Amino acid sequence: MTHHTRFTKGIKRQSAWDLADNQVTPESVFKDRRSIVKALGLGALGASIPGYVQAGLFDFGSNKSTSTFTTSPLQFSQPKAFAIPDPLTPENKITRHNNFYEFGTSKQDPFDNAQAFKVNPWSLQIDGLVDKPITLDLDDLTKRFALEERRYRLRCVEAWSMVVPWVGFSLASLLTEAGVQSSATHVAFETLFDPEQMPGQKNRLMGGGIHYPYVEGLTLQEAMNPLAFLAVGLYGKTLPPQNGAPIRLVVPWKYGFKSIKSIVKIHLMDKQPPTSWNQLASHEYGFYANVNPEVDHPRWSQASERSIGEGGLFSAKRIPTQMFNGYGDQVAGLYKHLDLRKYY
Amino acid sequence: MRLTPRGLWWLKGGLHIAFTLPILYLVYLVLTDNAGGDPVQYIIHYTGMGALNSLLAALAVSPLAKYLKQGLLLQTRRLIGLYVFAYATLHIAAFISLDLLFAWGFLLEEVIKRPYILLGALAYTILLLLSVTSFMVVKKKMGKRWQQLHNWVYLVALLAPIHFYWSVKSEIIEPSIYIVICAALVYLRKQKLVKYLPKR
Ligand code: HEM
Repeated sequence: MTHHTRFTKGIKRQSAWDLADNQVTPESVFKDRRSIVKALGLGALGASIPGYVQAGLFDFGSNKSTSTFTTSPLQFSQPKAFAIPDPLTPENKITRHNNFYEFGTSKQDPFDNAQAFKVNPWSLQIDGLVDKPITLDLDDLTKRFALEERRYRLRCVEAWSMVVPWVGFSLASLLTEAGVQSSATHVAFETLFDPEQMPGQKNRLMGGGIHYPYVEGLTLQEAMNPLAFLAVGLYGKTLPPQNGAPIRLVVPWKYGFKSIKSIVKIHLMDKQPPTSWNQLASHEYGFYANVNPEVDHPRWSQASERSIGEGGLFSAKRIPTQMFNGYGDQVAGLYKHLDLRKYY
Repeated sequence: MRLTPRGLWWLKGGLHIAFTLPILYLVYLVLTDNAGGDPVQYIIHYTGMGALNSLLAALAVSPLAKYLKQGLLLQTRRLIGLYVFAYATLHIAAFISLDLLFAWGFLLEEVIKRPYILLGALAYTILLLLSVTSFMVVKKKMGKRWQQLHNWVYLVALLAPIHFYWSVKSEIIEPSIYIVICAALVYLRKQKLVKYLPKR
């Protein structure tokens, strides 16, 4: 198949996103974009707007909007098993359209507000029902396990999707190293809690009402599935903060909110852990959250999705959503005995 | 100081600029690839907020005119109202053309499945009726019924922020603030509106 040629190891691809990458917009444009948009969108609210927004209205000179976070290139293999024919979403779209409410609820907030995020030092703890609890520091995240690139479709619960080249290692390899005890049934994950760095955790309006720290969970079987992935990189480089630096989960057959970002804790337990969106609105977001075109969100349809790909405004595509986001062959077996309408 | 007809002319000119600039700015953002990672959602959001903010402005005119004792101000309402309609039209056009990509069958399905879109559609239908009847000739022809029809704008003022509230995933504080402001602006007209309530 032709698309496999793309994965030839060691050859740097020259393609559209490389170009897009070079056409970075000058810093000044971003600065006034930010201030003017803020002014327009919130002008009518006048005095009722809280402090952080007002700060936004007046910080015309700030340089928050440029991508100042440094990422570094990674060494990795490109296993053919994870090659998919779908064209990749350009890097500058993947890094500018994020749901990461810790940095604000609108899609460009994480890019605007996360550039000063500190990932060094970092500590990721794996504990609970394991034989050998592990603590990984920043270096360990990219050095302890052999890294590989996986191109996964990402389907957001808001009915848009991207195709992302992640770099990382399988969750199973980490769990195996820790030695999961036979009594464990579930895996719980937790995002960093640091309101000084994450303005959404400090300010309710900015954080969208979520109870922080953000928590997620999988069944042990799901976690051990070879598709479940811990990403430390994107497009061949370490992750930028808005995409969940320095390490995040990627579960491609589930809605994006399951793929928790900036993880500090992985805890093995013997019952189902609480999960953030489920806590917030359990009738809209279940524990499983498998991509399923037949089960609609109570307020919108999940039958199709707008695929965010290369090109400008008029190149968008609306495509049918696939069961398990197209990963049914690998994961449908996990849910043989589960009523997916009830356990959405 | 009283607003003179000449002053009104300048004011209207200023309003035209104030309501057109954001649209030109949006065009600029999109053309220069600065409308976020997904310009489609950006445009829908931007024009939706534009429609809602213009609606607040339109509804604020008469309380303001009363407070400042500037009757002439009332004459800016038609202009602002038509911008509400223009922003709402762009908002819907963006949704249908860029998000749904003209999948009309899907649109019907969506309208049924997404109650918030139903509310938006209802609000837009009223705005459309108000806009086509906003011409002087039509107003004269309609007589008393014109005012009755145009009072429906207060329903739009309640539907639009609820549509906003219902469309978001969890960030309900901002839409809640809008609901409160809109409800307050409608409440200011309570004397005018109680007439329409069923008599007990
Ligand atoms: C047929 C009519 C309408 C349709 C189909 C429609 C569609 C939509 C959609 C799909 C969204 C959600 C965008 C997203 O979350 O991705 C939205 C949001 C919104 N709409 Fe409408 N709308 C309509 C009428 C109106 C009207 C008449 C107004 C105001 C006067 C309005 C104001 C807004 C606002 C303020 C938002 C929230 C902005 C955001 O958070 O994205 N809409 N609308």
